[in-house]
Amino acid sequence: MKRFYSLVALATTLGVAAAGYAQTSATGDDKVLHAINRLTFGPAPGDIERVKAMGVKAFIEQQLNPSSIPESPAVLSVVANSTSAQQSTAELMNQVRELQAIKKENKEVRKSAIAATTDAQGAEAAADAAKKINVLGKFYKRMNDEYTNKRLTRDVESPRQLEQVMTEFWFNHFNVCITKGLDHVLVGPYEDQAIRPFAMGKFRDLLGATCHHPAMLFYLDNWQNTAPQSGGSNGRFKGLNENYARELMELHTLGVDGGYAQKDVIELAKILTGLGIAGRAQRPGLEPVGPYGAYFASNRHDFGEKDFLGRRVAGKGEQEIEDALDVLARHPSTAHHIGYQLAQYFVCDTPPATLVDKMAARFKASDGDIKAVLRELFNSNEFWDPKYQSAKYKTPLRYAVSIMRATDAHPQKFDVLAQFMRLQGEPLYGCLTPDGYKNTKEAWLNPDGFLNRLNFATVVGSGNVHSLLSTAPEYRQLGATISGSKFSPKTVAVVAKAPEPLKSAVVLGSPEFMHY
Amino acid sequence: MNRREFIKLASLSSLSLFAPGLAGWAFSNGIEDGSNKKLIVIMLRGGADGLNIVAPYGDSLYYNLRPRIAISRPGTENGLLDLDSHFGLHPALNTLMPYWQNKTLAFVHSSGSPNPSRSHFDAQDNMESGTPGLHSVSTGWLNRLVSELPIKGKTSLHAISIGPVLPRIMSGPASIATISKGVQVNKSLLDRPVVASVFQDLYSGRTDDLGKAFNEGMAAHHEINDSLSQPDEQGAMMDREQVMANRGAPLPGNNKAYGKQLAQLFRKSPSIQVAFLDFGGFDTHVNEGTGKGQLANHLAPLGQGIADLIQGLGPMYKDTTIVVMSEFGRTAKENGNTGTDHGHGNVMWILGGEIPGGKVYARWGGLNTEALHEARDLPTSTDFRAVLAALMNNQLGVAKTTIAKVFPDFSEGSSPFVQV
Repeated sequence: MKRFYSLVALATTLGVAAAGYAQTSATGDDKVLHAINRLTFGPAPGDIERVKAMGVKAFIEQQLNPSSIPESPAVLSVVANSTSAQQSTAELMNQVRELQAIKKENKEVRKSAIAATTDAQGAEAAADAAKKINVLGKFYKRMNDEYTNKRLTRDVESPRQLEQVMTEFWFNHFNVCITKGLDHVLVGPYEDQAIRPFAMGKFRDLLGATCHHPAMLFYLDNWQNTAPQSGGSNGRFKGLNENYARELMELHTLGVDGGYAQKDVIELAKILTGLGIAGRAQRPGLEPVGPYGAYFASNRHDFGEKDFLGRRVAGKGEQEIEDALDVLARHPSTAHHIGYQLAQYFVCDTPPATLVDKMAARFKASDGDIKAVLRELFNSNEFWDPKYQSAKYKTPLRYAVSIMRATDAHPQKFDVLAQFMRLQGEPLYGCLTPDGYKNTKEAWLNPDGFLNRLNFATVVGSGNVHSLLSTAPEYRQLGATISGSKFSPKTVAVVAKAPEPLKSAVVLGSPEFMHY
Repeated sequence: MNRREFIKLASLSSLSLFAPGLAGWAFSNGIEDGSNKKLIVIMLRGGADGLNIVAPYGDSLYYNLRPRIAISRPGTENGLLDLDSHFGLHPALNTLMPYWQNKTLAFVHSSGSPNPSRSHFDAQDNMESGTPGLHSVSTGWLNRLVSELPIKGKTSLHAISIGPVLPRIMSGPASIATISKGVQVNKSLLDRPVVASVFQDLYSGRTDDLGKAFNEGMAAHHEINDSLSQPDEQGAMMDREQVMANRGAPLPGNNKAYGKQLAQLFRKSPSIQVAFLDFGGFDTHVNEGTGKGQLANHLAPLGQGIADLIQGLGPMYKDTTIVVMSEFGRTAKENGNTGTDHGHGNVMWILGGEIPGGKVYARWGGLNTEALHEARDLPTSTDFRAVLAALMNNQLGVAKTTIAKVFPDFSEGSSPFVQV
């Protein structure tokens, strides 16, 4: 049997007192660490002691009820200071449209200014136009920074860790991308309005919220999806667009082998005709749907009869969409698909079928109650099976956030983290495709990416990123924080041998810290 | 390997570049043969619209099905570039016309994966695993091909994948160098001996996946940096362009310098035989554009990059085959938002010094409803693996027994190079 040592043991052998960490039964410690690893973005100083004191069961129950946990002042402050919190999606969209118009206008101005004059006045006019052209890009950048700041502050600081973990899970499940048009400004409100509030609620509510959020309607083009011969069909709204209908079944609910055909994609696209967002000028026949700025244009809806997943759907407008979402949310393929994805995210890359079946059954029995499905998961033997402990390889996001938490960093600015994630191929909010980022080792482990991680571990671990940490983390304290992760004799020996300024870098770059 | 050894190796291999009479990869017994044959695969993610890339302008149905997005006939403003009096090339790819004219560019239309999935992710998976419909195969076909490469010298640089994550097509047991930041000298703290040494201690002796990633990463990092930091006469004459922004699969416009950079790497590291890169942004459901617009904006830098790559390869182009493919084509008919939805058959592009170029190949049934797959898409009347297998065999000299390992559930039928 392999023997493992904790860094505390190392500290002891080096004759240094360990920081408040008492060894108890190995199994109990393993469970504590495993619960923290999987329900949070990684242990912060004191977490292990705290969970040990309250008990693993109580910890899980507390995390399942985030509103029972007081939010951290850092999160409250970043939320209070965000401009998007004070603006509706409609206002944000209108601001983009105005700046888009200014950009377009000034591109013309600049063009003619350059063409017409060669004197200083002309150059000034051109420079002035160029400045106005840039305003849109600057607005996008400001909102991107704000959303990044808010999200990473929550991931690092919030004591409601499981809620954040589930927010990440569902954001990837219902992915939208910040690089596409209006989504430059809508991803933040989307996460705050359509994802986080439902992250541990009913799946049907989550599905409905994403379906009625302008961020999704824009991202997957449904805002233009129009019944071809309808009264409202004109201009860019001329016919069906299958994009959202397909991903709604393939990715959001049934899964690719969930038992639908191309015909169902088209029928669902017909059902979804008319669901969109309001333009700059109010058009007649638009009815607001839901609280996020979605509209239903009945004059672009297909009121014909549809045949969707073997069901006859009579043409009755917006209600058809609600009925279709009901069907999809309650479909057995959806229960299985969601069960599989949660098991893969929380247990291992190829989750055991027994566990997936249990979770699917709970999903069905509870009518898609996410909290009930999670409870089933956390109560399962599979979840606690020692062979799955430390078996997941960290995604770039998790690696970066877990470093912040382990080193007790409380950054005000996240540029360095955001840059690291871009370099690793996981830019925050920047997944171009609707399937969202993967969470498997196969997706993230590759030679150059791995070296980039070690480079990042070294930069941060040696205290060279002052926007994150003012000094190098003390390696014994660091070891104690994450010390449930048993360190192999090899890691302990390399830490012991490493020069003092690199000891923490070795801990953060160790095989043990790459996994969770 | 130290720098001097590497230079020695590199210059030895570059001498052999011009050695005549070596016929491709001899794969049967892993014999070291000094082959210079190269394969570069470029994947366009999102389902590139083959019917607007190589458009059948000779068929009036093309214009009937696409009243707002069809590209106008050759000779008109922003019109197609005529290929063979029936098909025309998208005008944004004008940089590739010289290769059409010198017969080193060909297209195989109405080709693709036989699996009918219209899911991006399924279809890409099928095209990358090389075993459509068989989810149980976890390796990618390019990795399987690399596994069969005879090991030449000590260098670990046989195959490279550009991009921050290792794509499915390259995953598997064979070593692949990943280059996440574009092809450029990449400074790392691991270049400092004291840092390198602690992580060497930690990882170099490990035989697991982390140890493998570390060892391969360090070897490739040093070789690429050494190679690129040597003076490059041809490169010095080229523009030094800013390196790409990093994304999963970048838009072609975000990685404009890829062709020049890749060519430089090939010139400096002749041991590289296989390269893969991918671009995104081809899922044109809305406002696809015609001779100008969204698709054109993606194609122009892509085409320019290929032209740069070919120019930069110089005499090596003779031994190089470049394939451009995408997971599926798009609906023959435009949709309601001046775009196209997910379809089936597509066009594969092939470039190479010795390919049977200057032709548009296809088993072509036209655009009649009856000829279309499910009355809406081009059929895949040629399996993409037939094209790849033919190229491997004819251009790269890969033995048929080896091809059977690369595409295990595929049996080669008649030639994919059927003229329309």
